Amino acid sequence: MHEITITSGRMNHGIDPVLHAWGWEIPVYLFLGGLAAGLLFFSAYFYLKGKDKTFITAVKTAPMFVPLLLAIGLGALFLDLSHKLYFWRLYTTIRLESPMSWGAWTLLLIFPLSIFWSATFLKDVFPRWECKIPMLGRFIEWLKEQRTWMAYGLIILSAVLGMYTGILLSAFNARPFWNTSILGPLFLISGFSTGAAFILLMSKDAEERRMFSRIDMVLIAIELFLIVHLFMGFLASTEVHIEAAHLFLGGPYTAVFWTLVAGLGLIVPLLAELMELRGLHVPVQIPALLVLLGGLILRFIVVDAGQSSRWLYKFMQ
Amino acid sequence: MARYAMAIDTKRCVGCSDCVAACQTENNVPVGFCRDWIVEEMHGQYPTLDLEIRSERCNHCADSPCVRSCPTGASHYEEGGFVLVTAEECIGCKACIVSCPYDARYVHPEGYVDKCTFCIHRVKEGQDPACVSVCPTHAFIFGDLEDTNSEISKVLRSRKNKTLIPEAGTKPHIFYLI
Amino acid sequence: MKNKVKRREFIKILGAGTVGAAAGVSLVNAFPASKVDSAKFLHVNSQEEVSPTYCEVCFWKCAGWVHKKDGKPWKITGNAHDLNSQGRFCPRGTGGIGMYTDPDRLKTPLIRVEKNGKQVFRKASWDEALDLVAERMQSISKKWGPECVALFTHGSGGTYFKNLLRGFGSNNIAAPSYAQCRGPRAEAYLLTYGEGVGSPERTDIKNAKCLVLIGSHIGENMHNGQVQEFTEMVANGGTVITVDPRFSTAASKSKYWLPIKPATDIALLLAWINVIIEEELYDKKYVEQYTYGFEALKESVKKNTPEWAYPLTTIKPHIIRQTAREMAKAAPSVIIHPGRHVTWYGDDTQRVRAGAILNALLGSWGRRGGFYAPAKAHIKKYPHPKYPKPKKNWKDAFPDQFPLANLALSSGICDATIPTPDKECSFKGWIIYGTNLIQTLPQPEKTLKALQNLELVVAIDTMPAEITGWADVVLPECTYLERYDDLRISQGRQPSVALRAPAFKPKNETKPAYWIAQKLAEKLGLEKYFPAKTIEEYLDYRLKSIGSSLEEMRKVGVKNLAPEQDLYFLDGEEYEFSTPTGKIELYSTTLEESGFDPIPKFTKHEEPPDGFYRLLYGRAPMHTFGRTTNNQILNDLMNENEVWINPKVAKEWDISNGEYLSLENQDGKISNKIKAKVTERIRHDCVFMVHGFGHDRKQMRRNYLRGADDQKLISKVKLDPIMGGTGMRVNFVTFRKEAV
Ligand SMILES: Nc1nc2c(c(=O)[nH]1)N[C@H]1C(S)=C(S)[C@@H](COP(=O)(O)OP(=O)(O)OC[C@H]3O[C@@H](n4cnc5c(=O)[nH]c(N)nc54)[C@H](O)[C@@H]3O)O[C@H]1N2
Ligand SMILES: Nc1nc2c(c(=O)[nH]1)N[C@H]1C(S)=C(S)[C@@H](COP(=O)(O)OP(=O)(O)OC[C@H]3O[C@@H](n4cnc5c(=O)[nH]c(N)nc54)[C@H](O)[C@@H]3O)O[C@H]1N2
Ligand code: SF4
Ligand code: SF4
Ligand code: SF4
Ligand code: SF4
Ligand code: SF4
Ligand SMILES: [Mo]
Repeated sequence: MHEITITSGRMNHGIDPVLHAWGWEIPVYLFLGGLAAGLLFFSAYFYLKGKDKTFITAVKTAPMFVPLLLAIGLGALFLDLSHKLYFWRLYTTIRLESPMSWGAWTLLLIFPLSIFWSATFLKDVFPRWECKIPMLGRFIEWLKEQRTWMAYGLIILSAVLGMYTGILLSAFNARPFWNTSILGPLFLISGFSTGAAFILLMSKDAEERRMFSRIDMVLIAIELFLIVHLFMGFLASTEVHIEAAHLFLGGPYTAVFWTLVAGLGLIVPLLAELMELRGLHVPVQIPALLVLLGGLILRFIVVDAGQSSRWLYKFMQ
Repeated sequence: MARYAMAIDTKRCVGCSDCVAACQTENNVPVGFCRDWIVEEMHGQYPTLDLEIRSERCNHCADSPCVRSCPTGASHYEEGGFVLVTAEECIGCKACIVSCPYDARYVHPEGYVDKCTFCIHRVKEGQDPACVSVCPTHAFIFGDLEDTNSEISKVLRSRKNKTLIPEAGTKPHIFYLI
Repeated sequence: MKNKVKRREFIKILGAGTVGAAAGVSLVNAFPASKVDSAKFLHVNSQEEVSPTYCEVCFWKCAGWVHKKDGKPWKITGNAHDLNSQGRFCPRGTGGIGMYTDPDRLKTPLIRVEKNGKQVFRKASWDEALDLVAERMQSISKKWGPECVALFTHGSGGTYFKNLLRGFGSNNIAAPSYAQCRGPRAEAYLLTYGEGVGSPERTDIKNAKCLVLIGSHIGENMHNGQVQEFTEMVANGGTVITVDPRFSTAASKSKYWLPIKPATDIALLLAWINVIIEEELYDKKYVEQYTYGFEALKESVKKNTPEWAYPLTTIKPHIIRQTAREMAKAAPSVIIHPGRHVTWYGDDTQRVRAGAILNALLGSWGRRGGFYAPAKAHIKKYPHPKYPKPKKNWKDAFPDQFPLANLALSSGICDATIPTPDKECSFKGWIIYGTNLIQTLPQPEKTLKALQNLELVVAIDTMPAEITGWADVVLPECTYLERYDDLRISQGRQPSVALRAPAFKPKNETKPAYWIAQKLAEKLGLEKYFPAKTIEEYLDYRLKSIGSSLEEMRKVGVKNLAPEQDLYFLDGEEYEFSTPTGKIELYSTTLEESGFDPIPKFTKHEEPPDGFYRLLYGRAPMHTFGRTTNNQILNDLMNENEVWINPKVAKEWDISNGEYLSLENQDGKISNKIKAKVTERIRHDCVFMVHGFGHDRKQMRRNYLRGADDQKLISKVKLDPIMGGTGMRVNFVTFRKEAV
């Protein structure tokens, strides 16, 4: 027999019996960050590819949402801070070792850039819109000339943002379930996949839809591969990691994860899109919505499961 | 330069929790929270049993993930190896909380993140930390590892000891004499 | 003086052999101006004040300092000169501030009144409340005599009420620390050595080479000095032999853990005596010079071989032999610990005596590492007139029982309060100071019955404990941190005196016991028994007799006096013991005379029926009985008790660790719900829980219905025929899964 008890102390609120430092805010923030990264990436990429006339949704319309999405994401992050009045401390230093820090700085750069970027398409999206302030008008005109540079910047920053949403978690060795290098690519791909789904949902253009349907399928396939890889990696690792994997393989997260995330969020949309390609008609909105929802739930589950996996003293079960 | 550390004799400790109570009062730790805690770990089967009692707290790791993950520098190393949080720099993002393999930190009701300070305010004045000075069984030895003649350096040389989850790679500075 | 200690540790931290001042400089250099200099950490600009006290959270009475920061309560620390604590408090003492800050404390005097057919308490002024008490005391005195008022007391302030009651004409003064605690030990040692072991115990643990603990769970039983000496001894490689059905903290530090079958300790002790005698391991010279009745003892234990004891105790014969030899090897630096709470099975005086005899055979009494001769302090009493002589006392209610009880039995007074067909009620009024009789006396139903037969019940308490709910008048005392009390005069290796001075003003309308007793005395016309106008005057008078003063003591807190005698016998020293034979009585002439076994004998006790388990109870280091469970700081450390269950038993009952269940005893008494602790650390024929939980008064908001009260399950006791102690480990419980 091996008995471990904490006989006194250590029932700190938010720490025990199960770590609950992060609630809904962080997953929402990670989801929106990933989504925004995907949207910006596709917009910039296809802009550079000269598709701004054909892939109107991807290049021009979708980025209009990004500032809003980022604002909501940042709002969620802000809500999560427990010492809010000091949030400005984030921007008094750059700490490269802290993903939280460079994430904050990336956001500080990408947020205005996304505004500028979408501003250059305002007239295309809302042809009747008139800029009432001459200065601003001139500024937008100037911005339009910088689109190529901005696009390159966006590609880099959106990749960073997308990776960051995963690396933020995987940097925490203390949480066995997060402690895997696969989380970064997984969240990056998942973010881009939700971005593709978002575009798919809005696009009215058949060619654009076909394109993003394909992109989405490839991304989903990679995601599935990464997920399998993730668990194989855990199972081949130390005891605590095996235990972490078991949270999903028979443990409390098994049902939600495999049905909602893997099933409804990945496999079903993949099949639906496959069928669509084969000419069977499935309303494209359904797989797209499922992907978005799956992406959101994935982040909720990963944030939650990471916090219930620890090295010492498990109070659960 | 000093490198403070703590050695805790599991053979002496009776798990009375005085160290926890002393920390509460000394440091005004709010009700419902604690900076240190007691763990009893038992192996064996009746009637051949082996019990280890440990008083645990932040390990003031030399390579501490909490400091690395802090976006503002609020979590930092202090001269002497103390790992501290400057309340006025902490935004309460809790990255340090999830990064600590020992779960040694918590959010203070006032919003900032709090944990054991090794009672730096006392150490600066030449006193032992509160938990150390109160322990009725004299289970603690607190001191400077850099000084090879210090009591702690000597005891770590002469007695078998261990740290908790060394595999987490944090280089903890609380040693358990076993 | 405190500074000196700071300096010593200060050098230790630096590990430098330099003097304090030089070290100070380098320390400052080690901390250049840095982030940490924020006010949060360094308490900069805060004003610190200290005042002396001695702790009242248990009865070890450690002396220490109460610290205030900016006028607000901060912390309590030990007084470095105090021998009881060596400057280190136990968790309960450290958490003592919580007694003061508890928001649930009693605040004003309360009087029971009837309102719309319901009894309720109404707030009252001190005058009203004390008038009522005085009036009823006088009426009882007129009708039945002053002896019909009894006092139950536990704690420092009890002194003044004892004085009051004696002045009133009654000496029916009982403390649960006799009949529910140390009584059998006191009598057993008195019978054997003509002296008791006292408190703090005269055990020379720190110098012992072998310590035998029979159920004494040092480390959980947190009597400070004892714990400190115990760990010192363990660290020095001393041999500890722990006899306990449970793998206690002490057992975990022991070389030998003997998981004895409960209620069979006498068999083990007799077997040890047998081995020591048969193998001639006893101290021949000592036995010859100091003891009486060796041959009779030898004859008597002949049959009590380890093989005989094995089936009774479940302790293997070779272990019994081996441990006996360990003791002999260490002799005379060996202690068979006399225990403290020893009222277990009704044959407790005999069991403790068996240990006392073993100590004598090993020659440990009066020897280094055994039992030392405690030094006594001689401090003048404040003179007052002689007390009237009572016409009867509690013993008259029990004409042929408990002949050797030297103190009043709390349980006895309780019994005598309940009229039976053949006897009238002997008591009409109870004054209850600092003891929660409902949780403290076994058979709580009896206590409740007794309470129904009283014309006056006064409870003087700090908390709305269960007992206060049964009082006619509740008098709120301030906590020990808000008052002066009588001097703490401790025995020990060196006699010492400690002062308790108020650190805070009494909260609300609470008052110190001295004030309450004196005021009540005035109302009863007994003020002559309180000649000192104030307690300050009283204390100063007493302190002057040792060449000190209140003023000095307020500064130093503790004064250690010069010892007047040697701690140990000199080699071959002549010594006359205060027993009838003048010797250590292995064979007790007094017991023989009173018709009891002059040499302890083993008797079998009833065993739990199928599906039942013996209910054992004990202490948790962070609580003192039920008095600390509502204390914020200590409640934070442990807020409910658990019932320890062996995994095999748990499996049989399908009980999982952490599950809540209720216990039901042999008489159908059901406990409040309690969490199961499934653990290898206990035998399969018993369960264990910490005493002091399961409070059922809503007014105590933190401990209300947290955990279970062992007392509710102690509906049966076995009385010790020698001195009337209540053996309380004779109850059996089973599990009820539908936790109530
Ligand atoms: N079932 C069971 N019964 C037992 C025991 C057991 O282990 N199990 N142990 C036995 C033993 S060993 C003993 S010594 C007794 C102890 O029994 P008690 O001395 O009755 O102990 P407590 O239950 O702590 O009750 C103390 C009461 O004093 C009050 N009090 C605390 N401080 C003060 C103060 O400064 N002034 C006043 N006026 N009141 C104060 C508390 O609020 C509480 O109501 O119990 C015995 N009874
Ligand atoms: N923390 C803390 N410390 C205290 C107190 C407190 O309230 N809290 N109270 C103080 C007081 S007043 C007292 S009297 C003492 C009491 O402290 P002790 O005298 O040490 O207490 P006991 O109740 O005799 O011992 C309890 C132990 O006896 C074991 N036991 C039960 N039945 C048997 C048996 O049949 N045989 C043997 N060999 N062992 C058995 C139990 O498993 C448990 O470990 O503690 C004092 N110290
Ligand atoms: S104060 Fe000492 S003996 Fe008590 S739990 Fe802490 S380390 Fe152990
Ligand atoms: S124990 Fe945790 S909080 Fe303390 S230094 Fe190490 S990682 Fe940081
Ligand atoms: S919560 Fe405070 S101390 Fe912790 S990482 Fe965030 S800013 Fe740093
Ligand atoms: S060193 Fe100080 S802060 Fe840390 S646990 Fe001990 S008393 Fe608390
Ligand atoms: S042993 Fe603990 S509770 Fe008892 S008097 Fe000493 S410090 Fe107070
Ligand atoms: Mo007791």
